[in-house]
Amino acid sequence: MAYSEKVMEHYTNPRNVGTLDKDSKSVGTGLVGAPECGDVMRLQIEVDENNVITDAKFKTFGCGSAIASSSLATEWLKGKTVDEALTIDNMDIVEELALPPVKIHCSVLAEDAIKSAINDYRVKNGMAPFELAKSHH
Amino acid sequence: MELPIYLDNNATTPLDPRVLEAMLPYFTNKFGNAASRNHAFGWVAEEAVDYSREQVAKLIGCTEKEIIFTSGATEADNLGIKGVFEMYQDKGNHIITATTEHKAVLDTCKHLEKAGARVTYLKVKEDGLIDLQELEAAMTDQTILVTIMYGNNEIGVVQPIKEISAIAHKHGALFMTDATQAVGKIPVDVNADGIDLMAFSAHKMYGPKGVGVLYVRRKNPRVKVTAQMDGGGHERGMRSGTLNVPGIVGLGKACELCRLEMDSEAKRLSGLRDKLESALTQLEESYVNGNVNHRLPHVANISFKYVEGEGLMMAMKDLAVSSGSACTSASLEPSYVLKSLGLSDDLAHSSIRFGLGRFTTEEEIDYAIENTKKAVNHLRDLSPLWEMFKDGIDLSKIEWAEH
Repeated sequence: MAYSEKVMEHYTNPRNVGTLDKDSKSVGTGLVGAPECGDVMRLQIEVDENNVITDAKFKTFGCGSAIASSSLATEWLKGKTVDEALTIDNMDIVEELALPPVKIHCSVLAEDAIKSAINDYRVKNGMAPFELAKSHH
Repeated sequence: MELPIYLDNNATTPLDPRVLEAMLPYFTNKFGNAASRNHAFGWVAEEAVDYSREQVAKLIGCTEKEIIFTSGATEADNLGIKGVFEMYQDKGNHIITATTEHKAVLDTCKHLEKAGARVTYLKVKEDGLIDLQELEAAMTDQTILVTIMYGNNEIGVVQPIKEISAIAHKHGALFMTDATQAVGKIPVDVNADGIDLMAFSAHKMYGPKGVGVLYVRRKNPRVKVTAQMDGGGHERGMRSGTLNVPGIVGLGKACELCRLEMDSEAKRLSGLRDKLESALTQLEESYVNGNVNHRLPHVANISFKYVEGEGLMMAMKDLAVSSGSACTSASLEPSYVLKSLGLSDDLAHSSIRFGLGRFTTEEEIDYAIENTKKAVNHLRDLSPLWEMFKDGIDLSKIEWAEH
């Protein structure tokens, strides 16, 4: 199977690879997937006092589409408010990267990683976590 | 050196130009049907087929009459297993095979289970070899066939064929082997090895696709298989269908070249393979899969922990290799062969198979080493698992959110 140009581009030049201080109160960390399944994504956001995501970083163990999905997610997250970030849907990622059906789970994982990072941030700062929809699993 | 570099010779091999040259006349002016007995066109074709039979027979140490030409190893596996089951079902219905066999064997056995066969799928040890005691224990008076592959297509381990055939014969069963990866690469002798039926194909040994062989023993014992294809009674009635003359000529030439060049080629390839393997296992947390003492000379299967195989192959974009990663298969399941060795799913996901061949050069191997090292390091920089491992976190203690 050939990869789309956009997947190749993100894979070759991944954006925002790295690690934020997971113990900082302003950082939310999402770690989703499992090594047995061949995909693990760690996505982190840094949020300022205005609820704006000022930085996002990722590391991903997985195929090219998983790496591209998480790279794209960090790009989209930066500059958004937390509420805006919650509206990112996995199908937006599928569309942007032209992922084939067998790779849709990579985008689902990226969406889960975003929500899980936001919840980690919320819990750390005394807010209730959002109910995570699991319908698309 | 041309890029990309082909290191997937267990999937298929390029056609040797000398093989192509031998085949060409049989596409054009020597186009006859080998079964046309009454004119020169047929005689020329038949003569070419007979010569090819001799070349094949010489390579595996049998007589020409024991060679049944097929469309490939998959057909030969089907014909051998189904043909024996149907021919010998009044003697018993039990077949023994192993979990690491090719799908052409496993799925044929599954098919026969629906037709009343009882099949034992032997597990393999951590190194990929079967346990001879388990084989012995599985034999019953109903066992008609033991079918165990010669060399494995994913990890290259070579089973103890002589010992296996001796056990099968001791209990009155026939012994068959899928030797697709072994014939032409290492010495295979049907008499010394005690083989009653053997499947292999041309395209794994620098011959054309679409042609293969089922060897069927004619003496001590005389083995018969029920035809799976009805028709004109070609190939001693065991496989009807007009012979693929150019393909068969190519197969014969390929066998001849393998026989003449095997010793020097096996030495050269195992030297290159060892160079590749020792360079790549210098990377931290990399592991060779399968027994390293009993194996084919041209295969290396290595797991690079904490990186995923498909992602890794994307970074090795100048190398044509394959992976046991789930992402490369439609099923999203990692390699069943690697899992049979007891490898955890994450190590199976992290495996790369390098398959060297006749046209692989040392320059290409040097390039492959550098390219692979760079790719593994690049992907580890991206891997959260590698970072956790480096921080001393025990990954087995983490509760992963399975998806």
